[in-house]
Amino acid sequence: MKSKIQSLSLLTLMVFLISGCRAVDLHAPIPVIETGIDSNGWAKIPAGTFLSGQAAQVTSIEYDYEMMVTDVTTNQYTDYLNTSLASGSVKTGQFGGKKAITVFYPGDKFHGIKHEEKIDPGEWIIIPLEDPASHFTFDGKKFASLAGYGNHPMTNVTWFGAWAYCAAQNGRLPTELEWEKAARGSEDARPFPWGEDISRERANFYASRDPFEDMSTYGSRTSPVGFYNGQTYAGYPTLSNASPYGLYDMAGNVWQWTGNVYEGMHYRFMRGGSKDVYDMDLRVWVRNNATPTYFSPGVGFRCSR
Amino acid sequence: MQFIKDRFNYLFNSTKGLILVAIAMIGLVTAIWGMLSGPMAEMGVRDWIVRVMGMDLLQADREGRIVILYHAIAMAVVAIETYMINGLLKIKPFLKTAVNLLITVGYILTLVFGMGFAYFGHNWAFHGLYITGLSLMFFAGVLLCVALWPWSKAYHVTSPDYAHTPGGVDLERVAFFATAVTTVLSALFGAVPGSYFGNGFEVFLAENVIRLPEKSVMEYSVIGHLHIMLALIAIMLTLIIGRWLNFKGLWQKFAMPLMILGTIVLNLGVWGVVTPLEPIAHMIIYVGATPSMLAALFLLIWDWNKLIKDGTAHIAKPNFFHKLKALVQDPLKFGPTWQMLFMNFTTSGIGIFMAVKLDEIFRVWPAREERIELTGHWHALSAIIATIILMYYGDMLGLKGKIRQLYGWGIIILSDIALAGVTVFEMKRLFISEAEQQPLVNGLMYAMDFGLGMLLVLLAIVMVWRLADLFKPKGRWAEEATQELAEEVAK
Repeated sequence: MKSKIQSLSLLTLMVFLISGCRAVDLHAPIPVIETGIDSNGWAKIPAGTFLSGQAAQVTSIEYDYEMMVTDVTTNQYTDYLNTSLASGSVKTGQFGGKKAITVFYPGDKFHGIKHEEKIDPGEWIIIPLEDPASHFTFDGKKFASLAGYGNHPMTNVTWFGAWAYCAAQNGRLPTELEWEKAARGSEDARPFPWGEDISRERANFYASRDPFEDMSTYGSRTSPVGFYNGQTYAGYPTLSNASPYGLYDMAGNVWQWTGNVYEGMHYRFMRGGSKDVYDMDLRVWVRNNATPTYFSPGVGFRCSR
Repeated sequence: MQFIKDRFNYLFNSTKGLILVAIAMIGLVTAIWGMLSGPMAEMGVRDWIVRVMGMDLLQADREGRIVILYHAIAMAVVAIETYMINGLLKIKPFLKTAVNLLITVGYILTLVFGMGFAYFGHNWAFHGLYITGLSLMFFAGVLLCVALWPWSKAYHVTSPDYAHTPGGVDLERVAFFATAVTTVLSALFGAVPGSYFGNGFEVFLAENVIRLPEKSVMEYSVIGHLHIMLALIAIMLTLIIGRWLNFKGLWQKFAMPLMILGTIVLNLGVWGVVTPLEPIAHMIIYVGATPSMLAALFLLIWDWNKLIKDGTAHIAKPNFFHKLKALVQDPLKFGPTWQMLFMNFTTSGIGIFMAVKLDEIFRVWPAREERIELTGHWHALSAIIATIILMYYGDMLGLKGKIRQLYGWGIIILSDIALAGVTVFEMKRLFISEAEQQPLVNGLMYAMDFGLGMLLVLLAIVMVWRLADLFKPKGRWAEEATQELAEEVAK
């Protein structure tokens, strides 16, 4: 009996270990879904006050601005890369010893604060070229989206990549406050763009059981921009996650880079939570940050102007 | 009526009864509230618990709820340590009764009404009672310092086996006293900013502001408070374990001065974060932590030597395997110091590695990844503290034979599986990418949940057994009602 228990325990342990070592197919087929939401659309956010932060403080933005209705898609970004590569505004090269596309960034003022790192003028990485988690291909001349990912958010893009894209569209990255107002609206202190409560049908977050994830292998994956708009896709019902100003995916799917460059720190901030985090991180006031050279399959962006 | 009176007398007027109640309360809170996060949330258990228990959870209040939850559990742990101190050391009967009374009412008010306020609608009367509970705990702490006053002749020692001054002042008692005094003072570093932030109903979790280059004095105070309180709970528990095992001899004489020095310097460093000394506060903390950890190491060396010596006394020339068998033959005596050693792999080692490689590795990752390391780090330390308490409790219960082995090894193996899982989870980005991590994460989650879940099941079995025992006319409770921990200190 004792040896049987020992064998069973050993077997269980082996199963855990083997399941943990299994290779992940990063390019497993993904459902192709058209959401009908226009990724070229911009929403207008009027000047005025709104409630910012967890403590809902009255805050004012004294100007009108516009923000993209969805995250920048892989198709949009690969189009930009092809144009920019042809014009020479971005380059193929090396960054940190790995192949990458780079862009010139004029640098930030350095204050010498503890943990602050220099961002000098020079060529900085916008995307890595050999990362298996990227959703685009590059044959040395042309970029293209991976099949099924064209209308998904552009990911594996650094802050410099987001900054450069927005500049090329005559826009910029939104400030954190602009982002928060666009997500929350001006009427109340709602924690999510649609209201107080969150459910799996409303946003793409960790283990939200959407048609794109498989938690036993590759885990949570991005969903097409504007996927959560109230439609039912092949039996999978969604609820609209549009913000009061009509922006989609301001909670979940991918973290979104924002534009602030703060004194004494090189970190850049992200908002909105992603497919990889629990629902609590999708609240509109939650902040994340990373070095501007950071890229991840869970980080994207949208622009404002 | 006598039935209830006798049981009440045991549960609230004897050291072992008081410890049993506090462990049961912590077990209950951990079991229920543990289901609100992690895989339980993924599986939908959280939503079910919220619905069944009628919890009222506003999104904006999450951080505040967590702060109260931490305090509710921590106060019960502090109460357990206080009962142990009162049971192990010489304390004037009046002061012992007063401290036990205040701390019991204090932690129960904190736990019951704090959780009531945080999770079941904001009844402000509950909040007032929660604050009253914390205040009573503070007052009990002040009184404990008075009770521990080591310079009274009644507490002097003359035995050459124990560290003492030439005048006879017991240095072990000084260490208890120093830890108690600094705990009371460090509580203020939470109380003051707590009042300040609470006044505007703005709360924050330290792990969410860690990267901001400029923090207010109040924010530094909160960060200092949470670090030092956990460290002091761990230091006090090390002293308690030493007393229970009857730590003595040369190693004890080296350890006690180091423990006193370490505790004081560690506190000065942490308090320094709210002063102009902030830039060098970390250096002072490292200087203070070193002697404290050395003292714990000396306890471990002494304990393992003793276990080996006692366990091989009947063998003329014991070999390595004889010694190893002797070392591990009693899991409840071996376990506490083993957990202290294991802590170096799950907590201290990771902490030092993070500090050394902070900018090079950890600050390249997103803040949310760093948060996983930070929260995992102190959850692991808290869990280790809990397991050591449970092992001492197992010995208090007088567990013998196979039950003792099962209980002791159950705690050690289950908790270490979970803690190893947590450690690998924290450090996973060093060896696996985000895109490829899911199968590994699943395996680690299974390990953590299996370890902690089964540990809770083990605790539940003990609690059910103790509950059933209370219904017996002459159960174990009747014996424990008159027993005191000092009588059971190892010879």
